[in-house]
Order: sequence, then C-alpha cells, then structure tokens
Amino acid sequence: GAGKPPMYGDYEAQRHWQEVTYNLPIKQWYFNTSDNNLLYWGLDYPPLTAYHSFLCAYVAKLINPDWIALHTSRGYESQSHKLFMRTTVFVADLLIYIPAVILYCHSLKETSTKKKASALCILLYPGLILIDHGHFQYPFFFCMSLGFALWGVLCLSYDWDLLGSVAFCLALNYKQMELYHSLPFFCYLLGKCFKKGLKGKGLLLLTKLAGAVLASFAVCWLPFCTDVEQIMQVLRRLFPIDRGLFEACMFSSPPPCCKCSDKVANIWCSLSVLIKIKNVVSPQTQLKLSFAVTFLSLLPTCIKLTVQPSLRGFKLALVSGALSFFLFSFQVHEKSILLVSVPVCLILNEIPFMATWFLLVSTFSMLPLLLKDGLLLAYAVTTLAFLSTCEASFAIFDKTSVKDLQLKPFSVSLRGFVSWFKPFPRVVRNLFLLSVTLMGALSVMSAAVHPPHKFPDLFPILVSSVSCLHFLFFWVYFNVIMLWDSNSRNQKKAS
Amino acid sequence: SGRVMAAGGWSWFRALALGVSFLKCLLIPTYHSTDFEVHRNWLAITHNLPLSQWYYEATSEWTLDYPPFFAWFEYALSHIAKYFDPKMLVTENLNYTSPATVFFQRFSVIFTDVLFIYAVRECCRCVNGKRAAKDILEKPTFILAVLLLWNFGLLIVDHIHFQYNGFLFGMMLLSVTRLCQKRYLEGAFLFAVLLHFKHIYVYVAPAYGIYLLRSYCFTASNADGSVKWRSFSFLRITLLGLIVCLVSALSLGPFIVLGQLPQVISRLFPFKRGLCHAYWAPNFWALYSAMDKALTVVGLKYNFLDPTKVPKASMTGGLVQEFQHTVLPSVTPLATLICTFISILPSVFCLWFKPQGPRGFLQCLVLCALSSFMFGWHVHEKAILLAILPFSLLSVQRAKDAGIYLILTTTGHFSLFPLLFTAPELPIKVLLMLLFSVYSFSSLKSLHRRERPLLHWLETVYLIHLVPLEVFCEIVFPLTPWKLQFPFVPLLLTSVYCALGITYVWLKLYVSVLSERSVRQKAE
Repeated sequence: GAGKPPMYGDYEAQRHWQEVTYNLPIKQWYFNTSDNNLLYWGLDYPPLTAYHSFLCAYVAKLINPDWIALHTSRGYESQSHKLFMRTTVFVADLLIYIPAVILYCHSLKETSTKKKASALCILLYPGLILIDHGHFQYPFFFCMSLGFALWGVLCLSYDWDLLGSVAFCLALNYKQMELYHSLPFFCYLLGKCFKKGLKGKGLLLLTKLAGAVLASFAVCWLPFCTDVEQIMQVLRRLFPIDRGLFEACMFSSPPPCCKCSDKVANIWCSLSVLIKIKNVVSPQTQLKLSFAVTFLSLLPTCIKLTVQPSLRGFKLALVSGALSFFLFSFQVHEKSILLVSVPVCLILNEIPFMATWFLLVSTFSMLPLLLKDGLLLAYAVTTLAFLSTCEASFAIFDKTSVKDLQLKPFSVSLRGFVSWFKPFPRVVRNLFLLSVTLMGALSVMSAAVHPPHKFPDLFPILVSSVSCLHFLFFWVYFNVIMLWDSNSRNQKKAS
Repeated sequence: SGRVMAAGGWSWFRALALGVSFLKCLLIPTYHSTDFEVHRNWLAITHNLPLSQWYYEATSEWTLDYPPFFAWFEYALSHIAKYFDPKMLVTENLNYTSPATVFFQRFSVIFTDVLFIYAVRECCRCVNGKRAAKDILEKPTFILAVLLLWNFGLLIVDHIHFQYNGFLFGMMLLSVTRLCQKRYLEGAFLFAVLLHFKHIYVYVAPAYGIYLLRSYCFTASNADGSVKWRSFSFLRITLLGLIVCLVSALSLGPFIVLGQLPQVISRLFPFKRGLCHAYWAPNFWALYSAMDKALTVVGLKYNFLDPTKVPKASMTGGLVQEFQHTVLPSVTPLATLICTFISILPSVFCLWFKPQGPRGFLQCLVLCALSSFMFGWHVHEKAILLAILPFSLLSVQRAKDAGIYLILTTTGHFSLFPLLFTAPELPIKVLLMLLFSVYSFSSLKSLHRRERPLLHWLETVYLIHLVPLEVFCEIVFPLTPWKLQFPFVPLLLTSVYCALGITYVWLKLYVSVLSERSVRQKAE
C-alpha cells in the first residue's frame, strides 16, 4: 500500500496513531469525532499501544513536526521518516525483547556455550525478524507484547509470581492477542495456589495475584476509568462485539487490512478448500462450532496444568494453548503464529529437533505475506542462517531418538499396543528432510512460477494447507508430551 | 556436547564463513556507490571491445585504471553476466542498474570471497597459540578467523560500497602465509599476480622485496644475525626474477607488443588528481591541509593575508582537482614520494639487518602499508584496510600488538563511515561497527588477560570520544543552520580526528618495532 491513496497501507496506521495520540486529548482517542475518523485506521489496540504511540510521537515532534501534524500528515512517507519508524521498532526490540531473551537463556541450566547458542538461535528466529523489521507495511511491534510476555515467563521461572502476572498484564494491555497465552498463565498460577492449599497460603497467593492483576489493569486504564462509556468504547474497538460475541472472542487482529483470511494455515481455511463450510453451516453456527472446538482442544492441557503446575508443563501449555487457538479459531491472521513460535523458542534447548522444525514451518507459513512485501531474499537467507545455526549449535540431526523427543513415557504406555521400532530416529529424520524439501520447493515455486489462470491462489493455498498439516501434527505432538509429562518426572525421582 | 566444541574439527570455521556469507546476501539491496557503475562499465568495455581498445575507451568517465589481470577478470565475469542481463554489457548504458545487474554484481563479489575464506583458513593454520584453550571461543585461531572474516571495513567497502577487495586481500594473505610457511616461490608468485590485479599493493612491495632478498636469496646468516655475503644464491634470485618477469609478461606483454605501455601507465597512475581525495583520507596530508586552512582563517581574520590572493575552491568540495595550499608550501607528487620513501626506510633497514623471520616480515609489511597511507599521493581512505588486515595476524599473538591493533582498527573503521552517507545505511553501519568493536575488544582482552592492560587510559578516552563525534556529525549537525554554510565540517572533523589516531598508531608501531630490535641487540 505504499504511496497508494486513500488508505496508504498499514505503515500509515502506525503513523496515524502517533498523530492522533499526540494531538488529541485522551478522551477522544477511541471515539469517532470530526478530528478522529475511526474508519481511517482507528485505534483498535489496548491503551498501552496508544501510550507507546504517544511517546514515539513526542520524539517525532522533536525531529520533524510535519510527521504528525493533525490532518495534513496523512500519507506522509520519506526516507528519514521510514528510518525513524524502523528505529522505534528497533529500540523497542532492544529494550524489551532482547534483554528478556538473554536473561531467559542465562537462567537455563546449561553450559555457558549452550546458553549463548540458545540465545543466538532464538534471536535469529526469522519469523519475528521479518515481521517486525522487514514487513515494511506493518511495523507490528510484536516484539513489545511478546517481550512483556517473555518477562512474565522469566519471572514465573524464578517464582516471582506477582511480578510475572504484572508483566503479563502489561503484555495483555499492549495487544489483545496475548489472550492466546492467558489461559496457561491463569491455570499455572491457579494450580500453584491449589498446591499451596486453599485454606492458607494458597488463598493468600490467590488474593495477592488478583490484586496485582486488578492494579495493573487499573493503572493502564486509569485515564479511561472516569467514565463507563469510555471503557465500553475501548472494549468495542478491541473486540467488535456488534458483529457477535463469539466473533469478538475469535478475532485476533483488526480486520480492515486482512484480505488474506482465506489462506491461513488454520483448520477451517484448509477445510474450506475441500468443502465450502459457508454453504453448509450458517455463520452463527460456525462461530459456535469453532468456539466449542477451541475450548475442547484446550481443556486437557489446562486441566493437567492446574492439577500439576510445573514450569515445563507451563511452557508446553503456552505452546499447545496458543497453537489450539491458532488452529481452531475462526478468523486468524497469519502473523498470529508468532504467538506460538516464541513459546516454542523457550523450549528450544530441551527439544531442539522438534522446536527447529516447528520454527521453520512457522516461517514458511507466512511466505505469501512475505512475498507480497518483496522479502524473498531476506526470507531465504534468514531461514538458511537459522537452520545452519541450530544445526551447528545443537546437532539436531543426532537428537531424533525417542528419548530425545521426550516421547519415552508415551512409548512406555503404548508398549502393549505398538512395538516401537528401532528405525524410529531415522524415520523421523527422513520425515524432516522430506518436509524441508517440500517447503523449499514450494517456496521456489511461489516465487518463480506463475500460477495457472484457473487457480490464481494456488500457491498460497498450497502453502497454508501444507503448514496446517504440519501444525496439526505438532499440536498432537505437544499435547502428547504435555499430558505424559509428569510420569517421567516420577520415574526420574524414583531412579 | 555439540560439534561446535570439537577443537580438532573446522566446523566452527564453516559456521563463521557461512554466517558472514548470509550477512553479505542480506546486504545485496543496500546502497551502492559509483564504484558499481565503474565495474559495470568495465564489464561492458572488456566484453565488447578488442584488447587494443581497452585502455583507450573513454565513453564513460570511469575509464579502466586497474592493471590487465583485473581487466581479464572482468572479461571472464562478463561472459557469465550475459545470462543475467545482456543490457548491462552495452557500453552506452551508463548508470544501468536493473535488479538483475545488482544481483549479479553483488553475487560475484560474494562468490569471489571464497578465495578470501580459503586464505583466512590458511592463516589460522599458521597461527599458534601460546597455550591451548579449552573453549573454542578463546582460541587465537577462532578470534583471528572472526577478525578477518567478519572485518567491518571489508564488509562495508566490498558489500555495500561495492568493490572487489575480498579476493585480492585473500591473495595477499595467502602469499603472506606461504612466506610464513617458507614456501617462498609460491608466495612471490602470488604477490606478483596480485600486483597485476591491483597496483595499490605496490605500497607493500618493498617489504616483500627486501624480505625475499634477505631471507631467501641469502640462504644462511651469521651467528649474530648479520648478512653472510657468501651464502648468496644466484639460482634463487634468478628463479624469483623469472617469476616476476613471467607474470609481468603475461600481464603487460600484449600491451607492450601493441606499443600501448605509456597509455596503460598513464591510466594506472593518474597524477592529475589532487593531493587529497574529495573526502580527505586521515593521513598526514589531512593534518597538513587542516593546519593550512586553520592558518588561513586566522590569517584572514587578523589581516595577515591578502584576501584577493586566497583561492575560493574548497578542498572538500567534492571534485578532485589540483589546488594550492595558501599558507604552507604546496605539495607536489614528487614531495610525497620522497616522504613515503624516507618513512619506509627505517623499517626496511630493520628487516634487512636483523631479520626475525615471518613476524619481522609482517611487521615491516604493516609499517610499509601505514607509511604509504600516511604520505602517499591521492590516498583513498579504503587503503587503511591494507594495514588493518595483515595486522590482525600479529594482534592475536602479542599483547602489545593487540593494543595498537585495537586503536588502528577502531579509528580506521570509523574513518570509513563517510563512505556510507545515506539514511537507511546509518543503522547498519553503526550496528556492525559496534558489534565488531565490542567483539575485538572483549576477545583480545580475554586472550591477553595475563599481561598488562592493552590500552592506556588516554587511548581509551580518545576512542570513547569517537561516539560523541559520530553523534555530532550524523545527528546534531544536520539539524543545525550551519549545514548549508559549511557542509564539509563533519568530513573535516572526522578525517582530522582519525588522522590524529592513525598518526599516533604509526609512531607507536615504529617505536615498538625499532625498540624491540635494539632490545634484541642488547641481549646478544
């Protein structure tokens, strides 16, 4: 959308938010007024995004006031402005996300070189780099919300529950998509309270946590708390309820720009290739169905986490929970896969092979989006670099045995039904190579070959279907290890 | 635990080489300078015209001014280029930059860097650590590989600004390594070939010549290290002479036959250009010109000078032209030649009278490169790489050299900043520079941690002040009203400040080399 009036693309959205937050009083940010036309990139993220835009606008005013002048700066694009916008993303990355990653790797129980290798691999993850810094049209500031969530996980790993919940509330107040991660956080902390006993320390912890959450929300929403109408309006912008309650829950990102909702690696989109669900089932039923399926798919891991709260289970629940939401929600944006990828990065050092495979597939699933932005070269180079770094740091091809994939307890349970054959590592390795070859071939074809006239969307659909199949497989895998996790712990303690 | 840790294997080297190649691929779409058009023009010239026209062609202002081997290299490339975009080979297509052209040229640089990677591997083989380190990250070979492969200056000059220095430095490092391994003839051959690729390497030819003469042609030395005149081997000097003549014949032969040698020489050594490039290289003449300008300003203010006699042309106006200094005497090419010659004499004498084997040769080479940089005519700031890269080999071996290396490399790399003046490249160059500087400081400090500190506190203060200088030049100055009146001020400040650092390094290195020799003499 660069240079194309009247809407100018998503880059303009960020610039417009800076304009609105700087020039208008807080009361008017989320309302449709003569100065603030909500149809033209209205604010539809929670207050922290607005405050962040205000901060950036303040800096922009010091450098060049034309960038955020009310009304007259629509569609402003210049070299120095692009540099400024990119710098804001980079500063956010540097201050929030990168320290969280480094501190997280520092806290791992590994050798020093392994820690540095983990940090390097996580920072080299192509998806986040390309979306935040390459996706020119939409400097999405994923690093901020994911960074805050990461700080939350880090605090929880040190048993600083209050700080962790505050950090996660900040993340939630930055982008409402973090709701994907909210259930695992909630279940883990609830499980911890139960473990401490509901009559004594547990209840105390529960009240403290509730207090912390309420306090952080109150602080973030303070300017809007004066008037119920304000709060309702903000909620209306975050979750477009007038389209239906269920739809609101399912929405993961603001829709106006999304024309790609048909080609996401999501169950419903893949199924719609085979059977037009729209014709079989009414929209209301569709929504109820997707809500039910999502809820059911989350249930096992959440119950397990509440009953047996462990840090490892928590991380796995983050992965499988977010993946469930991604696969089974109704309208999902391709970028939401990043909400699954970052938790997967956290378990990179425990299950390097599967984690690397997943991260490669997640980057591949965003290929149509990246091609639209002309990021083919960056995509190819960063993916290859990521793969070779993981291979060099973790020797992933050697870690494909049953034990390394954490499937030991599962295979023990299955001993009666299936004999786990010896060539398992080799089979898994070959599957990986096959998958990577397929993804590589599809990438090359998407970039180089023109699709036939009858099926203009052939390649995006192929990409999303292949990714969806992979994601289903990963969803099953992560649920399996999560559900069979505690057995191995007991076994370890016994031996 | 992973293959990274295997000290015997070279997998870490592969990882480093692959990583830097990926980085180079990411730099493909960045800004490229007029050197890009220069090389495209040469592709066109060598492809379309017969040999006899190569050094006469002047459709474009960027005429062929490298020796014949480089022209043959461009000719070979042009045969691959025609599969990417035949239009780039049309001589009249000035400033032709289709995506295929950019991709092909950039990729050719990345591809020819393979020779550089091979040379770095040979260098790493040559370097011995004093003590075996358990952790791969602390071994001198690993640090040397990173300092060479990921060298900031080489990255931005070759892969952003666009030049073909990678494989040329590869040849030079390879010849140095061969000399260190006592394979003298191979080393001499490689250097001769290198000279005919790019004649800037003639700066370090004295080091090669004297070292080969002293350590190869004289097969033995006396007990006290002085020359044993009787051990002179005519066979060896004949072999060397034959190699040089053969290579020169291959290169210049066709042009001598065509009677074009004077034309070739005039293209290779264009003395019509001014003392300083448009942006002053941070050498002695930068300080000299800055002093001249300062004295002019003072003189005009206090009416010591007659305003009508002061020429109007600014020395950093962007055009290369001959001009006169106002207060101090003007400098002629001959004067610079004499200064250069005098400045390399002490190091060459050291190499002759007290040869210390390969290390002495490397020290002399670096000193020759630095001295020529200090006093040469129309020196380009990129020439500092000629001193930085060989010096990396010395820095991982001795703490004293490491300290000098840190100052040289930080100042030298900083002086390359004005080459990339566009806004999108600003974060790239600052980030890469910070990464490289931080890595070089921390790794060399930890490598030589048993010795006394690498840098004196004054030197650290000097280096730290590069940061505010950069902030002022790139961020503060463009926002002030003086930007229109005095546009050359940031360039002037950068080159003068770096010139101070480089002069200091040159003097310190000389003192260190000369005093080391005399210490040895006292010991014997």
